[in-house]
Amino acid sequence: MSLERSLGQRPESAVEVEHLSRRFRGQIALDDVNLRIPVGSIFGLVGLNGAGKTTLLRHLVGAYKPQQGRVVVLGDDPVAHPEVVLKRVGYLTEADSLPLWMRVGDLIDFTRAIYPTWDQQYARRLCDNFGLSRHASLASLSKGQRARAGLLVAIAHRPELLVLDEPSSGLDPIARGDILEAVIRTISQDGRTVLFSSHLLDEVDRVCDCVALLHEGRIVESLTAEQLPLRYREILGRVSGDERPPEIAEAFGWRISGGEWSAVIAAAALQEPEFEQRYRVLEQRELSLQRWFSAHVEPASRSHDVLPSDEVTADA
Amino acid sequence: MLLHLAADGTPIYNQIADQIRYRIAAGQLRPGDDLPPIRGLAESLRVNPNTVARAYRGLEQEGLVEKRRTTGTFVKELPQRQSVAQRRRLLAPQIDKLIVQSRQLGLSWEDVLAQLHQRNSEISPQEQRS
Repeated sequence: MSLERSLGQRPESAVEVEHLSRRFRGQIALDDVNLRIPVGSIFGLVGLNGAGKTTLLRHLVGAYKPQQGRVVVLGDDPVAHPEVVLKRVGYLTEADSLPLWMRVGDLIDFTRAIYPTWDQQYARRLCDNFGLSRHASLASLSKGQRARAGLLVAIAHRPELLVLDEPSSGLDPIARGDILEAVIRTISQDGRTVLFSSHLLDEVDRVCDCVALLHEGRIVESLTAEQLPLRYREILGRVSGDERPPEIAEAFGWRISGGEWSAVIAAAALQEPEFEQRYRVLEQRELSLQRWFSAHVEPASRSHDVLPSDEVTADA
Repeated sequence: MLLHLAADGTPIYNQIADQIRYRIAAGQLRPGDDLPPIRGLAESLRVNPNTVARAYRGLEQEGLVEKRRTTGTFVKELPQRQSVAQRRRLLAPQIDKLIVQSRQLGLSWEDVLAQLHQRNSEISPQEQRS
């Protein structure tokens, strides 16, 4: 297996997860998860709340030991050698987990002592850019400023892998922008990798070059941004009255509203001769990340809306 | 460059390419002008550098810009390499949109044409290209 071989040398994958399963009190949280995150990518982990995103990320930073399967981060086992792995990883959690009794300066000095690669100049610059004062107590900061302080201590040691768990959740747009900018900066410095979980698909769409969808503890699909339009198309057609949309075996993510139907289909299926005529497809579109996501996670609906209005067709 | 990106489902590389194309067509970017470096633009737009690179690649394939080794991407001196037919095709989606919208608004085609003439004379001639 490649895992043994990659130990010790510089791996091509920043993260390799193989057959990882996890239960909490008998409840399945992760179910045979396989994931490979290439070095140098911005990788988006998307999923509904409760899909298992945080549980998966916590395995990568050594906070959980795999019950089944293997986790390799930067070529090493984060549970067996946390002191080696975690020095090369930056981690920012969604929960407001900073020690609130500290001042910003204390937090910086404390974190600096942990990481041999700490870049004090960079830390100072971030402090300035973010408008953080060393004397302010963390408890007195707004949520956005606290997130910036957390980001600062997650990136000032210039980690090879930056893991962000729902970094934008509940933040104002300016703070979200600062976080995204830091993400982009991190990968434009060669060889660094960012993994972030989010349910804000427009952010994922903007910054990620790879996306994996985690749903009910399983990885439903993992692909690159460039693969998405090659792999799938959205097809649309019309139905009148109580007519049902055509039966297309390969299509999924059905939606019907206002006399129109829409479904997602593998691009390869459209190569079939006369596909459009046979199923009376009126339009084809490039599949958006949003539509890909909802097609995978929403229960399919091939029956007509009960909504009185014909106006509801928008992607939520 | 201050581009505006909307989350309306239009692929982001298309939005970037469209807006640069517009700036070239309107004369805001002139032959020989350089486009912002990929990384810098990616950081300020908060998009993946690959997305910006993809937009630039598209513009290069259309013959609007050229990449010079190590110095960056520039608006081409002769951006007219494309045939008239190719350039007309680029306009087709906007024309379709204009026709559909004016019909929905109940405006006659003569009215729309008159408005086009009017706007064309209002936009200063120096912003036009050939």
